[in-house]
Amino acid sequence: MVMGDLLTFTDRGIWCAAGDFHIDPWRPVARALLTHGHSDHARPGMGRYLCTDIAAPVVRHRLGAISLDTVVYGEARRIGDVTVSFHPAGHVPGSAQIKVEHRGEVWVASGDYKTVDDGLSTAFEPVGCHAFITESTFGLPVFRWPDDATLAAALNSWWAGNAAAGRVSLLGAYALGKAQRLLRLIDPAIGPVLTHGAIEATNGVLRAQGIALPATQRVTSETRPRDHPGALVLATPSALGGPWARRFSTEGAPAATAYASGWMALRGVRRRRAAERGFVISDHADWDGLTGAIQATGAERVFVTHGYTAVFARWLQSQGYDARPVATAYEGESLDAAEPGGPAEPGA
Amino acid sequence: MKGFAALYSRMDQTTRTGAKVAGLVDYLREAPEADRLWCIALFTGRRPRRVVQAALLRDWAAEQAALPLWLFEESYAIVGDLAETIALILPPPSRATDRSLTDWIALIRALPALDEAARKAAILDAWDSLEGMERFLFIKLLTGGFRVGVSAGLLTRALAEATGQPAATIALRLMGNWAPESTTYARLITDPAPQADLSRPYPFYLCHPLESEADLGDPAGWAAEYKWDGIRGQFILRGGTHHLWSRGEELMTDRFPELAVLADWLPDGTVIDGEVLAWAEGAPLPFARLQQRIGRKSVPRRLLAEAPVTLMAYDLLEHCGHDIRAQPYDARRALLQDLIDTVPPAAPLRLSPLLPTTDLAAARAGAREVQAEGLMLKRRASPYLAGRKKGDWWKWKVAPLTIDAVMIYAQQGHGRRATLFTDYTFAVRDGDAYVPFTKAYSGLTDAEFGQITKWVRANTLQRFGPMRQVPPAQVFEIAFEGIAASPRHKSGVALRFPRMLRWRQDKPLAEIATLDELREILRLHG
Ligand SMILES: [Zn+2]
Ligand SMILES: [Zn+2]
Repeated sequence: MVMGDLLTFTDRGIWCAAGDFHIDPWRPVARALLTHGHSDHARPGMGRYLCTDIAAPVVRHRLGAISLDTVVYGEARRIGDVTVSFHPAGHVPGSAQIKVEHRGEVWVASGDYKTVDDGLSTAFEPVGCHAFITESTFGLPVFRWPDDATLAAALNSWWAGNAAAGRVSLLGAYALGKAQRLLRLIDPAIGPVLTHGAIEATNGVLRAQGIALPATQRVTSETRPRDHPGALVLATPSALGGPWARRFSTEGAPAATAYASGWMALRGVRRRRAAERGFVISDHADWDGLTGAIQATGAERVFVTHGYTAVFARWLQSQGYDARPVATAYEGESLDAAEPGGPAEPGA
Repeated sequence: MKGFAALYSRMDQTTRTGAKVAGLVDYLREAPEADRLWCIALFTGRRPRRVVQAALLRDWAAEQAALPLWLFEESYAIVGDLAETIALILPPPSRATDRSLTDWIALIRALPALDEAARKAAILDAWDSLEGMERFLFIKLLTGGFRVGVSAGLLTRALAEATGQPAATIALRLMGNWAPESTTYARLITDPAPQADLSRPYPFYLCHPLESEADLGDPAGWAAEYKWDGIRGQFILRGGTHHLWSRGEELMTDRFPELAVLADWLPDGTVIDGEVLAWAEGAPLPFARLQQRIGRKSVPRRLLAEAPVTLMAYDLLEHCGHDIRAQPYDARRALLQDLIDTVPPAAPLRLSPLLPTTDLAAARAGAREVQAEGLMLKRRASPYLAGRKKGDWWKWKVAPLTIDAVMIYAQQGHGRRATLFTDYTFAVRDGDAYVPFTKAYSGLTDAEFGQITKWVRANTLQRFGPMRQVPPAQVFEIAFEGIAASPRHKSGVALRFPRMLRWRQDKPLAEIATLDELREILRLHG
């Protein structure tokens, strides 16, 4: 019997014919395996779901009453004719690369990933395979992330400087992953930390599953900035640009704003945001992270999804890979995302 | 350079004037004097000239990063800035240095004396010891492309605050023909008796756009003139020598040699504010004719005959050696009139005529007939102020020309809008064909650009590098200030200042303009 590809790309998502399931589908299917809970990868309307035990609470929080089964990292599951297992992707807590094996042929769909250990998510582990599906959100050699120690120093001196000047520090970050990562980088001794509702909801879910985070207070309609001098306010990027953020500015002491995103590596994007600071931090791999991860898989075939797909695939071809770009509905890191109430957070 | 890089970041990342001034004041108080001087020079556009070709820098950077050129180019297309692309793709530095801004500029200025191999070695060495913003600024200085979003007025304010001098004094000190190589911070800014520089112009007074005629109050208090469409200039005659300055503080004397004869007729100690216009037989020539002369340092005889210029005088700032800017407009204008009356009519100097203020709207509507951009309204009692001050001078531009057209290509923006499709090519209809006639990249909100970006992604027909061909479907109203025949363009026309006035989602494709209609606009307004 002549076999087709183990995983193929359909208008619904990444499909495994031999196992009759989809990975991160964007249209309704009977059985969905999820790499992680960001809304461009985890969508409502699937018959049943499978994700890691660590990712499950956020997925439940966002998708509500669904039929959800969980696995632990490394656990092998037989589905149809294939064996699947979930391996750490280092993107957000519980995020996974999904390994699919069939008669000795191994494919890995990596969802979103980063290779540096953020101390929050289970650290990325390379998984050997024949074919690898990679993202390419930051798949250009201009993207290179600073290390966490450099970031923490910059972040804390910015916050401390604002606090000393009597200004509130407003920091824009995604509700799932980025916000919690920032919470672990900041020095809570500098001042109180307030959070936007969407972020605090995610904090609550993660704390309940045993992930340690510093104390935070949710911003409500009663929150008055003068009750929290020198506070750091974590908000979703879309809230930062809107009326929600205005309450933190007073005459003579406008709030200092900053964004935390990989896009902050580009001066033009920083300027467009008119933020006083841009912290270059992403839960997606940078150029070295992407190229290093792909090399470590030993894969011959590489499928490039969301991001600079065409350019990155061409680079991989020049390095001897059988690589091609693939169109999907995943969105990558966005600074312009509206974020109505958290669960509908567009891709991160 | 660390201090200068920090200053640049502060200027770059805030739009708040107060924050910019505060950052500059800190720097101008704390930096070494030599660095202060270079900071002032760079912030007023006195940047070192380019010493290495951009293509060489690109090649060396790609080589250092071990990346193919096509990947460099793809990255450049997204980043939108050569210096930034190089700064980002180079490997991290292997060591740190703490050289001053002045030091780095000295290194750059020494490069032309070296052969290419030594030049390359010096630059690679510098790259390997600089990081982030410092590396970016070093490359900007290398390519002669340093720019900063700080106005002359803002720098003046900061210097005034840092040194305790009146802003007007600082503004005068900063104008004119000084160079950082041949002066010092003390001589330029703080010495009590600066050398009287005979060529030094006054700061230009700039106008604000008028929103509504009602803002003027009683029209009798106002003088109306055309807003001429040429090059604003200040003509200075002192000590028997004349100078012509542009608003951008560029000396244009040699570009317009025909104005030299005015020195024979005007008294010494005369400074006139006016507009340089290409002019023949009592009327302005199209702006395109003047444009031929702008880029040239000297003018061939043929061009002098084809596009002769005149100075259309607006105002008199210095009279018989006295600064008369504090006198009211009416008084200055009367003196100007007297001066011009002594100059023969054939000389390249005329007085910008006053228009009746009884029907300003009608006067504005007539401006296009004399190729003016609209009206200038000046309060009769007002002094001549420095810089952009609201209230006494207004410009009231004629409504732009417009045409409905369809987008046929879209290109990703760069820099501020790297993630959006913002640069569009527009076409008019010619039978069944669509003929491209202009590009435009401004005029829409970020939200609209976002919507169109989604549409472009979903409807791409073909890619040509960073350009995408899309089906003719999205209709836009294009506004522009002028139109000229252009054999280089397929449509045969070139527009001046085209921009998107609005996205006409209400307009069907069948209603866009035709090539014939475009040609008719050219016939009427070209
Ligand atoms: Zn993703
Ligand atoms: Zn994600």
